[in-house]
Amino acid sequence: MADSDKPAAPADSDVELSRAAARDAELALPPALAATSVGDYLRTSLARVKGGESGILPVVGGLLLISILFQALNSHFLTAGNLVNLLVQAAVFSLLAMAEVFVLILGEIDLSTGFVAGLGGAIMATLLASHGWPWWGAIAATLLACAGIGLIQGAIITAIGLPSFVVTLAGLLFWEGVLFKTLGSGGAVAINDTKINDIAAANLTPTVGWVVMLVIVGTFAAGMWRRDSKRRRSGLVAAPTGVTLMKIAGALLGGVALVLLCNANRGVLIPIQGVPYVVLLVIGVLVLWTFLLGRTKIGRYMYAIGGNAEAARRAGISLSGIRILGFTLCSMTAGVAGIVYTSRLESISTSVDGGTLVLYAVAAAVIGGTSLFGGRGNAFHGVLGGIVIASIDNGMGLLGFTAAAKDMVTAMVLLAAVTIDALARRGRTIGA
Amino acid sequence: MSPVNDGAPLLRLQNVSKHFGPVQALTDVSLELRAGEVMALVGDNGAGKSVLIKTISGIHGPDDGEIFWEEKQVRIRTPRDAAALGIETVFQDLALCNNLDIVENMFLGRERVNGIVLDEEAMETAAAETLSSLAVTTVRSIRQPVASLSGGQRQSVAIAKSVLWNNKLVIMDEPTAALGVAQTAMVLGLVRRLADRGLAVLLVSHNMIDVFEVADRIAVLYLGKMVAVREAAEIDRQIAVDLMTTGGSTRSDSENESSEQKD
Repeated sequence: MADSDKPAAPADSDVELSRAAARDAELALPPALAATSVGDYLRTSLARVKGGESGILPVVGGLLLISILFQALNSHFLTAGNLVNLLVQAAVFSLLAMAEVFVLILGEIDLSTGFVAGLGGAIMATLLASHGWPWWGAIAATLLACAGIGLIQGAIITAIGLPSFVVTLAGLLFWEGVLFKTLGSGGAVAINDTKINDIAAANLTPTVGWVVMLVIVGTFAAGMWRRDSKRRRSGLVAAPTGVTLMKIAGALLGGVALVLLCNANRGVLIPIQGVPYVVLLVIGVLVLWTFLLGRTKIGRYMYAIGGNAEAARRAGISLSGIRILGFTLCSMTAGVAGIVYTSRLESISTSVDGGTLVLYAVAAAVIGGTSLFGGRGNAFHGVLGGIVIASIDNGMGLLGFTAAAKDMVTAMVLLAAVTIDALARRGRTIGA
Repeated sequence: MSPVNDGAPLLRLQNVSKHFGPVQALTDVSLELRAGEVMALVGDNGAGKSVLIKTISGIHGPDDGEIFWEEKQVRIRTPRDAAALGIETVFQDLALCNNLDIVENMFLGRERVNGIVLDEEAMETAAAETLSSLAVTTVRSIRQPVASLSGGQRQSVAIAKSVLWNNKLVIMDEPTAALGVAQTAMVLGLVRRLADRGLAVLLVSHNMIDVFEVADRIAVLYLGKMVAVREAAEIDRQIAVDLMTTGGSTRSDSENESSEQKD
């Protein structure tokens, strides 16, 4: 049965082996498994895109388009300084979107993440300023508090069986209230802790940037190589060596480009260079959540529940347990976003617009390729979508557009992304 | 046709009754299922087929009567109890996750792990072995999502899942109801192979053609009562339909003379 290189099937297949079915099967397969050579891999990938199984290609294509457009209109867009600034801007969106991905996979939504992030920032700021906590203690307490918020919301949703939309809408209001109360009459708390402010402001030295990049890419390459060769040894269908090497080369190329970009001097008066810490932080969260979703039982169960909750229940999976965990991880990741947000502004105030933030977060996740209908998505989608949102924001800002215009354009991009999601979903159901 | 027709029954129901409020769904139902045998359970709508299989699979326990598993009396109160004994039920809606691939579905809830990391290679190898041993060969790759499979292939995956877990009794609720001709043949072939491997199969079906094609014995429910359990070779379709619709058959006494060959 692992006969993937033969498109037509054997003996007792009077069964639907029409060409259409064979084509559908080909589209359904990950190209890495269907292909026998690099050329075949590219051809299969292209066939999948045509068939609606486009993966992250639309968003990558969209990013290219946005870059070309903004660069044509303002030659400052593609400078190292602006691009690194854009990555830092994108961090909050990407982190919030990664948070949202957990609940979107489950087929739920969390509207409270924006203000949970804000509240996280306020908790950290207050602990640092008024209680003299060390930076690490404040961060740990913030993440714990945010996880607790998710736990409470998830427990209410599963125990009473309320729609997550409504419960987290209440959460949006409630945590906004708590945020205002925490910040008190002053309405703002400044951060004086350099460690915290460095998260968004400081950079790795150029040499350390190279070393860190090589370690990350090397780990990725070793893991991928080991997995593929193990599959080949066990006689399972595996990506051809050429494809494995191609992916590793791609990762290395991306890493080198990123470090080169960040290591270029982007200062005006004094030299500024190096990979911002916050980029490393986003990559760290990305790796962690990608591992959790892709390689552990917990992740598998989240996809299963999003795909068919009844099937998951019959398989003995604790639906409420996994759902509560999803909301907890979502709020905790929002807490990370809140820390980065606060670090960037070096303060937190009542002006944090959690409503817009959460809409951007959901938009980013969906633009990146995560489905609003549950069962499909991953952390990388959140990162990509966050970069798209930040690019629009950044590029239009360079061109001197107002916030009003930015909102309208972002809305249209979101609409396009949701349309692609819905159409792809329809294509899949009919094809099935 | 069936290799192990003698010997002790795998599952024995004795005078099982079940009512929902004033509605008597099952009355004193007795049935024996043997390893290596396909038992078809037929009956008109409302005859109690679903209630009976739900009783066996632990979805609702019986009010009265006894259940023996491998000659020991057991109580099946929850689906977990049934699973622990080795009873797997493939319901009509299949309970597969469309967004997961075949391997992921077959191992759902019982994944193999290395530490905390899923052991994909081990699961894939085991799933591939099971599917090929059942001659489920029409899927292109076991790494394709279930959404891309045909109805017959999905049914095959759902059935193969029950084999993977070394179950002893597989209950199937209308496995061919939504399938075309070729796919029905594929699924019925699979049912036969399950029995040939020594599993007991209880097949609920409305389709007399299917029943006579694959069943070793046929049990007929009528208004909650077991009116007949016959060797499939002993009766014909008309007698079965008579039993299903009236609870008896004027022709069933003369079955030996009138027996018309199936096919």
